[in-house]
Amino acid sequence: MNVKKTAGWLVPTLYILFLMLPIYWLINMSFKTTNEILGSFTLYPQEFTLDNYITIFTDPTWYMGYVNSISYVTLNTAISVAVALPAAYAFSRYRFIGDKHLFFWLLTNRMAPPAVFALPFFQLYSAVGLFDTHIAVALAHTLFNIPLAVWILEGFMSGVPRELDETAYVDGHSFWSFFGKIFIPTIAAGIGVACFFCFMFSWVELLLAKTLTAVEAKPIAATMTKTASSSGYELGLLAAAGTLTIIPGAFVIYFVRNYIAKGFALGRV
Amino acid sequence: MNKLQNNKAWLFVLPVFALVAFNAIIPLMTVVNYSMQETFGNNEFFWAGVIWFQDILQSERFHASLGRQAIFTASILAIEMPLGIAIALCMPRKGPWVSVCLVLMALPLLIPWNVVGAMWNIFALPDIGFLGHMLNAIGFDFNFTRQPGDAWFTLILMDVWHWTSLVVLLAYAGLSSIPDAYYQAAKIDGAGGWAIFRFIQLPKLKRVLTIAFLLRFMDSFMIYTEPFVLTGGGPGNSTTLLSIDLVKIALGQFDLGPAAAMSLVYFLIILALSWVFYTVMMRNEEQ
Repeated sequence: MNVKKTAGWLVPTLYILFLMLPIYWLINMSFKTTNEILGSFTLYPQEFTLDNYITIFTDPTWYMGYVNSISYVTLNTAISVAVALPAAYAFSRYRFIGDKHLFFWLLTNRMAPPAVFALPFFQLYSAVGLFDTHIAVALAHTLFNIPLAVWILEGFMSGVPRELDETAYVDGHSFWSFFGKIFIPTIAAGIGVACFFCFMFSWVELLLAKTLTAVEAKPIAATMTKTASSSGYELGLLAAAGTLTIIPGAFVIYFVRNYIAKGFALGRV
Repeated sequence: MNKLQNNKAWLFVLPVFALVAFNAIIPLMTVVNYSMQETFGNNEFFWAGVIWFQDILQSERFHASLGRQAIFTASILAIEMPLGIAIALCMPRKGPWVSVCLVLMALPLLIPWNVVGAMWNIFALPDIGFLGHMLNAIGFDFNFTRQPGDAWFTLILMDVWHWTSLVVLLAYAGLSSIPDAYYQAAKIDGAGGWAIFRFIQLPKLKRVLTIAFLLRFMDSFMIYTEPFVLTGGGPGNSTTLLSIDLVKIALGQFDLGPAAAMSLVYFLIILALSWVFYTVMMRNEEQ
């Protein structure tokens, strides 16, 4: 029993240490001067500096990258969850012609490598005049986020018994009044989890976001890639920008922390 | 749950269908179109039939990157699945530390992929990175930008760092849904730790583990950004995985025909393997 108890805190602790080390190294670098980074190996900043962060917050090409990323991620999450809600309801409550095939076809889009779609997406969105807009990236990311949102929401909705729907109709609710006032509050946790996943996969994706934007809607991740390659090795700046990209994710996790264990089971274990 | 037959439900699915069709069918048809034509620039295209497909299927370059891809995916699955389950089993079920653990573990999942690559690049640099410096300090000759073996080691370690948490969270969610009564029954029967795992926990975890396995398989098979930022496919071609090779051909050399044919073959491989895994795992579940 003693061995088991020790393993109970030792293994997660070691694992979390392993997860935190590279993150610590990134944060550590972001407070160093370029001279210190290239000059010596130090475990913590000897000449503590905020210059890297000041550069990012005062230069529009840097901070607009964050604004752009957050705009299209929010837009994508809203679109994906809004259209996935009725569809997931249909899949969880009704049988209709081609339902199983449609569901599988939706999931196959989650399996499509972005590298395959990069070039045709560029041509498609240029042709419809949406190239370099936030909405283009938001729509492109629905390719893998809608199937995921439908999948997650369908799981949560199937966990709600159909008696709920029937009682509501008997009580005189119309469909939309039932859906908005009773059903959506019932599966609020599921919607939260779906939003979390949509946010996550849209926030971390770069290949499509980079292909579909040039100046106006360029994501922060693309700004970073350019800095890394064009202006030599500004590691401190790169590290500071990277550190800042971790913050929105940390916020989102904090808000869904109570659903995380249940939500990751996608509603129906 | 028994469902009602109602074809009007299609109306609910229509917005999803329209959006995904716009994003999936038009680009896919573009790819199919390119894959059967030859172009010499100036927007002139000529019918080429299936020669690009023949080329791809016989190309040594494609076989090599497919091989590297298979090794990569197999290794990360072999490490992440057991490791993730083991960590989930060790975690406490209740208490204030659980949500702290879960939040910290979920953190790598929400870091943009190129930042993950850049972070590991900085972390593993042989002179100024923590990992590289320490490995060299204890006597290994470690340099991931020069030696293919070291590049592979860093690549796999990075993916384990990045994605093991997904398996942990899914497995943990599955474990916490097992009612206490199951464990009490096992105690009365005198079952040991291994027996509890084999006959209670593992069967209950089958569904979430199927999801974890499929997600990890699909995502590792299409991985692009992290290895591209970390190693750029090098040294030489030693870490050029399928997506990196594809982008090189399509956007680097603008060989539209061969790139399109390779895209389709690539997509079909993922589809077919996912389908096989899914069917096999579901069949096991039924037995």
